[in-house]
Amino acid sequence: MFDIEGYYEAKSVEDAVRLLAEHEDAQIISGGTDVLVKLRDGKDAGGSLVSIHEIRELHGVRLQEDGTLEIGPATCFTDLTNDPLIRRYVPYLGEAVDTVGGPQVRNQGTIGGNVCNGATSADSAATLQTLNAVVVLQGTDGIRRVSVTEFYTGPGRTVRRHDEVCRAIEIRPEDYAGFTGCYMKYGKRAAMEIATLGCCVRVKLDQEGRTIKEARIGYGVAAPTPIRCPVTEAALAGCSVEDDRIYEMIDSGVLGEVRPRSSWRASKEFRMQLISEMARRALKEAIRRSLNGEAPGVAAQDGKGGDQAC
Amino acid sequence: METVGKSFTRVDARGKVTGEAKYTNDLMPKDALWAKVVRSTIANGVVKAIDISEAEKVPGVVKIVTCFDVPDIQFPTAGHPWSVEAAHQDVPDRKLLNTRVRQWGDEIAAVVAKDNVAAERAARLIKVEYEEYEPIVTIEEALSEGATPLHPDIRKDNIFVHTSFKTSPDFDYDEAKKRAIEEYGEENLIEVSETLRTPRIAHCHIEVCTSWAYVDTNGKVTVVASTQIPHIMRRVIAQALGWPVGKVRVIKPYIGGGFGNKQDVIDEPLNAYLSIACGGRCVCLELSREECVSQTRTRHACKGVLRGLATKDGKLLAREGDIYTNKGAYASHGHAITAGITTNFKDIMHDEYGCRSDGYSVYTSSAVAGAMRAYGVPQAAFLADCLTDDLCAKGGFDPLKFRMDNCVPPGFVASNGITYYSYSLKECMKRGAEFIHWDEKRRAYANQTGPVRHGVGMSIFMYKVGVYPISLETSSARMILNQDGSIQVELSATEIGQGADTVFSQMAAETTGITMDKVYIISTQDTDVAPFDTGAYASRQSFVTGKAVKKCALELRARILDYASYMLGRPAEELMIWQNNICEKIHTGDAAEGTLHGDGTLQGDGPEASVCAAGTGTGNQAAGEAAENSAEANARKLAFGGSYIDNTRNDGSKGESAKYSAWLDGEVKEYDIHDLPNGEAAILRDTGVEKDVKPGKVLLSMQELAMNAFYSLDRSEHITAEVTNHCKENTFASGCCFVDLEVDMPLGKVKINNIINVHDSGTLLNPKLAEAQVHGGMSMGIGYALTEELLYDKTGRPLNANLLDFKIPTAMDVPELHVEFLEMDDPMGPYGNKALGEPPAIPVAPAIRNAILNATGVSMKEIPMTQQKLVAAFQEAGLI
Repeated sequence: MFDIEGYYEAKSVEDAVRLLAEHEDAQIISGGTDVLVKLRDGKDAGGSLVSIHEIRELHGVRLQEDGTLEIGPATCFTDLTNDPLIRRYVPYLGEAVDTVGGPQVRNQGTIGGNVCNGATSADSAATLQTLNAVVVLQGTDGIRRVSVTEFYTGPGRTVRRHDEVCRAIEIRPEDYAGFTGCYMKYGKRAAMEIATLGCCVRVKLDQEGRTIKEARIGYGVAAPTPIRCPVTEAALAGCSVEDDRIYEMIDSGVLGEVRPRSSWRASKEFRMQLISEMARRALKEAIRRSLNGEAPGVAAQDGKGGDQAC
Repeated sequence: METVGKSFTRVDARGKVTGEAKYTNDLMPKDALWAKVVRSTIANGVVKAIDISEAEKVPGVVKIVTCFDVPDIQFPTAGHPWSVEAAHQDVPDRKLLNTRVRQWGDEIAAVVAKDNVAAERAARLIKVEYEEYEPIVTIEEALSEGATPLHPDIRKDNIFVHTSFKTSPDFDYDEAKKRAIEEYGEENLIEVSETLRTPRIAHCHIEVCTSWAYVDTNGKVTVVASTQIPHIMRRVIAQALGWPVGKVRVIKPYIGGGFGNKQDVIDEPLNAYLSIACGGRCVCLELSREECVSQTRTRHACKGVLRGLATKDGKLLAREGDIYTNKGAYASHGHAITAGITTNFKDIMHDEYGCRSDGYSVYTSSAVAGAMRAYGVPQAAFLADCLTDDLCAKGGFDPLKFRMDNCVPPGFVASNGITYYSYSLKECMKRGAEFIHWDEKRRAYANQTGPVRHGVGMSIFMYKVGVYPISLETSSARMILNQDGSIQVELSATEIGQGADTVFSQMAAETTGITMDKVYIISTQDTDVAPFDTGAYASRQSFVTGKAVKKCALELRARILDYASYMLGRPAEELMIWQNNICEKIHTGDAAEGTLHGDGTLQGDGPEASVCAAGTGTGNQAAGEAAENSAEANARKLAFGGSYIDNTRNDGSKGESAKYSAWLDGEVKEYDIHDLPNGEAAILRDTGVEKDVKPGKVLLSMQELAMNAFYSLDRSEHITAEVTNHCKENTFASGCCFVDLEVDMPLGKVKINNIINVHDSGTLLNPKLAEAQVHGGMSMGIGYALTEELLYDKTGRPLNANLLDFKIPTAMDVPELHVEFLEMDDPMGPYGNKALGEPPAIPVAPAIRNAILNATGVSMKEIPMTQQKLVAAFQEAGLI
């Protein structure tokens, strides 16, 4: 038995916001893969839960008129990985969340929880950083939109207020169209693993496939919060993909932009080794995918999956 | 043999797959109270005071007991048989709850409440005042000057026991080295001196340690527990409570794994005490996963300070080792495991001049080390086989040839008399090398460059069966005939997932002549009912308990035939039981004159004459070598990839024609069994298989016989058998592991591309179960090599006591596992069988380590070889 004092099943986002405002001891539960683990440990024992699990509008992936992908936060990892829109436009996000835990956890855990927990080791974190994903929060004071690049305030901390519910995660067309990407998770084993390091590198090449128009590099566990490497990204822009120096640039460049810590799980020195090695490998794979013609256009809302030119 | 040796489906398969099989907590009464142990938040010190006033106010709390309330009785916890000699008894060094705190999480109080939430809430409110001492978590800290002795009433310092073993009393490594220099010249010698380390790991059985206890109407405290050792647990609970043994009853339902952790008594005596303290109400004490990982038992961490000396042409001359083990806060299995490490380190290789190995068991303020699969031999194999490969690397020897030349020889007799009766270690190596393409790969992997490198590695082991003559081996069995001609088989060597119930059923069927579908084994042990046996450990059950099963089956068979004789009016000697029928016995002639098949097996033509499992053609070379070795040691002719033909007289006396055979140079040769060391003991074996007979006309069905025996107005007789077998035999099993892997050096990642274990475990009782047993052991070995280690912070608090951070391999981490067996009839085993349960876990870690050495040239000095340690080592070597 879990030590839970009260359990409230919200019928709508508004209902959830009201319940959270009314119960100061309450926290949100959706998949429960983190909340229940903490409760079992005696943390937050005796508190209450507001479930958003049954709110239908929070599930699934939708396409907005302008080609923005709107991800329902209660979408579980398995559904996200298998979603046709995700597979077509941001497959590396689906691949990233497919590395969470094991199949049972992925059937239960949600993308919203992965973001709102504020963990730097979240498997979606590095990729969402490179996507400039927008977290849509609804609270007593209404709706606000926060970029994931400004969402984290420290380890396990975010800008989300107690009464705010994440109602969507949005990915805009300018952030996915024309890009390919690669997420690499480094763990001590191949499954049931928390990331020692997560690295996502995404590139947009010119039409001839010769030059990097834009590169984006995101990391989890390379700092207390998920981060980007803007200096190295800028340095890579305009470089030829045939020039092997890009790999030296990325692996030395990122080292100046990360702030990994030593912990009993991994030393700083070890993480630094992984940070450069993985960036190099992820960049190579992202370029390979681009050259293989895998970069998508902007999603058209005609439901037929036709892309507009980007 | 008809039933033994066939891959019968597990007798418990259906129940376990469907979920119908009942485990301890499935059986718990719904109104049971829940207990929660309160654990210390310091690693070393004394509890000065405990305040339970706030905790008592929590609604639902029934009882709180503290370390100040429990009886002043110290008791041992090891799952060892009791020793009637005081000097050999396990050390009683703990109470039910302890004021002297010796590890973080030591048990200092317990709460009993109506449910777990109330118990946990109350436990969090208990306030404890301590006097704190410095934590001493490592061997070095515990042995340092000024370290607090953890058990001053028992030992003056933290060395629990120190033993010294030598191949001969006058052996001294430095003297041997001087002699070697004189004999060979210093320039012709290779020496390696190194310190190797193995980690503390947890068993990680699926079912956590759990029990429920109540006091029955007859006043007996009854504990239903997930344990490997119900009868030993009963005795230990009685000791801990100060109660007579008869007033304690232990029941063991199906259990979800033990791996040695449940070969110890954990919190079951405390739970019995809590039930008594609550007026006999039923109390459940289920440990959390975190408690199981860090607060039950662990595998001993081990440090070996080693030296080895060889000649430049690859002859091993001498070795020595000072081996320290971290035994944690309490004695548990005492020095037994450390002694096992040191003897096995010494015995696995043959040193021309000799070997010394000293063992030190060291108390530390950390998790208690106890039994774990293969009982010290994985540590011994790591120490011995890393030293071997480092000698090979330095001397430029081929590790396979070096082992072939220097490993334990055929006919080996250990200092305690255990004899290696059926030897096929070298043949195992040969098979493993063939499978992995050793020579080809060693050539291909020489002089590699680049970030990803390949390597092959190997390791060997030997393992005794059960604990005789170090300790008592005794086992009882009971069989009861039912009205329909079926039987119950009742034992106390427990099924713990290894398949014991299945192979015991096969043995009973084999020897009685009653078919498997009519053999009902009782899986639950209830110490009030089940015959005495010490339990599941030491890979002993199929060997030790197997002998009791056979003896019992022979007795039951004799009683059945006696009754048949009465019913049929014919002498019992003319009758036999064959597939649930009483048949006429037809004599067929000499089975040993049977046909020799092309695959090397010798087949007699009588239905029960297939006693041979001779080596195959590929065994010739190793067999030839063995023959040469035996010429040197005339008294040790044995086991040339051959088998033992049983011509023993039923009274166990020296049979005139007692022989064993070997498949040598294309023909079967026979040797006199009396030439075996301990040949006297060898011929005591009686397989129960009658030679040269086959079933004739069916005279009577078992059902007719049983109905008569039950209900006859003339002679009613309830046919049962119950025996005790005091086992005074032992032998060695052996085997090896070969690995082919690649190392991605910049990421420190190891990928196993091919791996095989080859086992010499005598005749297989159930090949499919045997293979599964090896798979499980190999995956444990992979975790031991690469990822598993229980870690502590500076205060002595465990850091990774959960299944997220304590990294056992997942299905995704384990490659396809290959297994081969060299089946050879061992004269000591009841059905030619010997140990297999634990051995598969032994050779994998050193084989992986040696393959990494082959791939990269980096000699790792400790396991687990985590990615971080590998990266650091590769950086230091300038490889990345």
